[in-house]
Amino acid sequence: MTTKLKSADIVIVGLGWTGGILAKELADTGLSIVVLERGAPRDTNPDFMFPTAHDELRYAQRHELMQNVSRETLTFRNTASETALPMRQLGSFLPGEGVGGAGVHWNGATWRWLPWDHEPLKLTLARYGRVAIPPDMNLQDWGVSYDELEPYYDKFEFLCGVSGKAGNLRGEKIAGGNVFEGSRQREYPNPPMIQTQAGALFEKAAKSLGYHPFPQPSANASQPYVNPDGVAYGACHYCGYCERFGCEANAKASPHFTVIPLAAKKSNVEIRTNARVLKVNLDAAKNHAESATYIDASGREFEQPGGLVILAAYALGNVHLMLWSGIGQPYDPATGEGVVGRNYAYQIGSGATVFFDEKTWMNPFMAAGALAMVIDDFNTGSFDHGKEGFIGGGGISTLSSTGRPIGFRPVPPGTPAWGTEWKRAVVRHYNHTLAINNQGSVMAYRQNYLDLDPTYRDRYGRPLLRMTFDFHANEQKQANYIADICLKIGQAMGADRVVRRASPQRYSIVPYQSTHNTGGAVLGTDPKTSALNRFTQSWDVPNVFVAGACAFPQNAGKNPTGPVGALAYWTVDAIKQYLKNPGPLVPV
Amino acid sequence: MADNEGLRRRDVLKGIGVTGAAAGLATTRPVASDAQAQPATESHAHASAPAHNDSTADAFRFFTAPESAVVVALVDTLIPKDDVGPGGVEVGVPTFIDREMASAYGRGARMYLDGPFGEGTPQQGYQLPLAPAELYRVGIADLNAWCVKTRGGKTFDQLSAADRTAALKVVEAGQAEFTQVPARAFFNIVLQNTMEGYFADPIHGGNRNKAVWKMIGFPGAIGMYADDIEKYRNKKYDVEPKSIQDLS
Repeated sequence: MTTKLKSADIVIVGLGWTGGILAKELADTGLSIVVLERGAPRDTNPDFMFPTAHDELRYAQRHELMQNVSRETLTFRNTASETALPMRQLGSFLPGEGVGGAGVHWNGATWRWLPWDHEPLKLTLARYGRVAIPPDMNLQDWGVSYDELEPYYDKFEFLCGVSGKAGNLRGEKIAGGNVFEGSRQREYPNPPMIQTQAGALFEKAAKSLGYHPFPQPSANASQPYVNPDGVAYGACHYCGYCERFGCEANAKASPHFTVIPLAAKKSNVEIRTNARVLKVNLDAAKNHAESATYIDASGREFEQPGGLVILAAYALGNVHLMLWSGIGQPYDPATGEGVVGRNYAYQIGSGATVFFDEKTWMNPFMAAGALAMVIDDFNTGSFDHGKEGFIGGGGISTLSSTGRPIGFRPVPPGTPAWGTEWKRAVVRHYNHTLAINNQGSVMAYRQNYLDLDPTYRDRYGRPLLRMTFDFHANEQKQANYIADICLKIGQAMGADRVVRRASPQRYSIVPYQSTHNTGGAVLGTDPKTSALNRFTQSWDVPNVFVAGACAFPQNAGKNPTGPVGALAYWTVDAIKQYLKNPGPLVPV
Repeated sequence: MADNEGLRRRDVLKGIGVTGAAAGLATTRPVASDAQAQPATESHAHASAPAHNDSTADAFRFFTAPESAVVVALVDTLIPKDDVGPGGVEVGVPTFIDREMASAYGRGARMYLDGPFGEGTPQQGYQLPLAPAELYRVGIADLNAWCVKTRGGKTFDQLSAADRTAALKVVEAGQAEFTQVPARAFFNIVLQNTMEGYFADPIHGGNRNKAVWKMIGFPGAIGMYADDIEKYRNKKYDVEPKSIQDLS
């Protein structure tokens, strides 16, 4: 039944940003590398060509580039007292599938998380004391500081050709950039993007209130660019078909045209597509990975032995593989023991919608995925959130990412959902509305976790991943506090009407919120509270490394792809260290 | 080319003395818009053939004739033709929905439909064992049965425009007693697909002539604004929208 293949030195599971960076960088070691990607091969030409790529129904509504949940999905419940039920169609988040992973269809917002986000426990204790931390909150540090990650953030920004403006250059604060960011060694590789009317209004209003607006760092190239690997980027067209789409201009950074072809060129790297890894096989003692079992397009089963296994699937996919393969002890919420599935987190949204008169033109279709003006004045590490009675914060922005009308047709609350009055409102407001959004941090809690579902199975006979998650009072307080700020900014714009959007009561898996799932296999310094050591190496199975957003101990008020890229480069260095003397990089 | 086809269609209609608003009216005729209910047979005959010069393009692939009459009536109720802009029927939304139901989407190719099935909480989302096409089939039967029972023996498509609107509000509120599926689940998918067909690229069968994009000022598939974004900041961007076929 199962065909056993020739052993490789390194087996990588998943070919998105993380798998692509690791394959390309580790190829330099000369070791044999096999990459197993569950989805299809694809490239800008022919897969994302204009004009067929500009099809909102096909890509944004029918999720052409995303995970097909008829094969693999998860079950969900808000609390452990409920019965989890399957996510029968995509909604709240959109994991990718195929070469490039979600790195193909992302928006391109490329942040460095704030220094606070890497050491929230240390900084909270120092400023507020333990009394500020709710007893059920699993607040913990990465074990890697912002300063340690800075060179890796830098590397990822230059790989992606990020367009932005520094706000903290080697400790010097620079007006017009993000003055709340950690110190950076150099300016962004490309200048900021051209702002829209919405961005201009936001900037003016935020400044008038004494805040510090700046252009969002964006991996939508503001000009033609050649990255340090020699990969050429085109300039962004501001076409408005970005998130959920592939980019026809190679202006939006994606692994499929950068790191992946460079890795594929190496004779010691073999990429197998339509190769779905079902399990990592451990030895009898459960402390050494021997191989990965996968099936190909025809359903034939193969066993790929390897000296080192790197899990580089989507955050949820990595945790699922660890639980099903027995890599590390599963988390038990009743006792608080175990680490795999622990500290799953998400983000929380709130904000304000601003309705203008008919003389103010937004042209919402002139857009790019990461085109936004932002303030970080109320983000996690920037202000005294202790005074407000919560831990965390959020980025506040107005994003000009789409005017595609199936998804974007704002109407004031109270408007019917159909009929003549609905139509009149759509026509009236389509070009005259903007949204101010809070991307709110979410801390980890004892009650929020991932494990294996006892009832439902995927097409391959494996138990589905089970997600137990809800929002907590700490986050709702934060989201409502920031909604007030958003309202204030909206009111400063001089609009007809500003509508506050409050914190959600419960987490729902139905409406799209963000593909920013984090945690479940977090890094840290204590094997009792983290599945991975600070080098993303499994404490229990030292020849397994697990990189990606599953390693983040809690979620921040910023998009996760920047730290995902930085952590991939951090992992490259850790693995090079490991290869010199295979074994635990941190003694247990 | 969809656009040329649209133009040809306009020319044909002009040739027979039907223009402008009258042409629009012609397409909505299958739905009884006056209090006088039309006989079911006539309604069905019209429903499967909105005014168009290419009969195969509009032939229904999934819905039966009685079902298609209900779909046309639903679309016409959700997005009527009015002084604001085109109605859903005249821009081909029923054709769009029919094509979608006949496609992989309608057959649930990308849904997880394994049991067991539980009702769940609203936060857990859709939990019926039905793919969209199956939900339509069952939902239309439920809608008609409920209408017959509570609306003087008439199916949904046989009701007047005002009565259809009133009935649909009850369905939307989840207060219609459907016997097989929750009324809200049926309403939600009809509303979602109607909006998709109305605003999507004409390549999918709705938004004919890009009439809906023209109405809201969306330029469509163009997507080349690097030189315009600054020039048109806070100014109206008045261009003829382009569809995927226009640009192919």
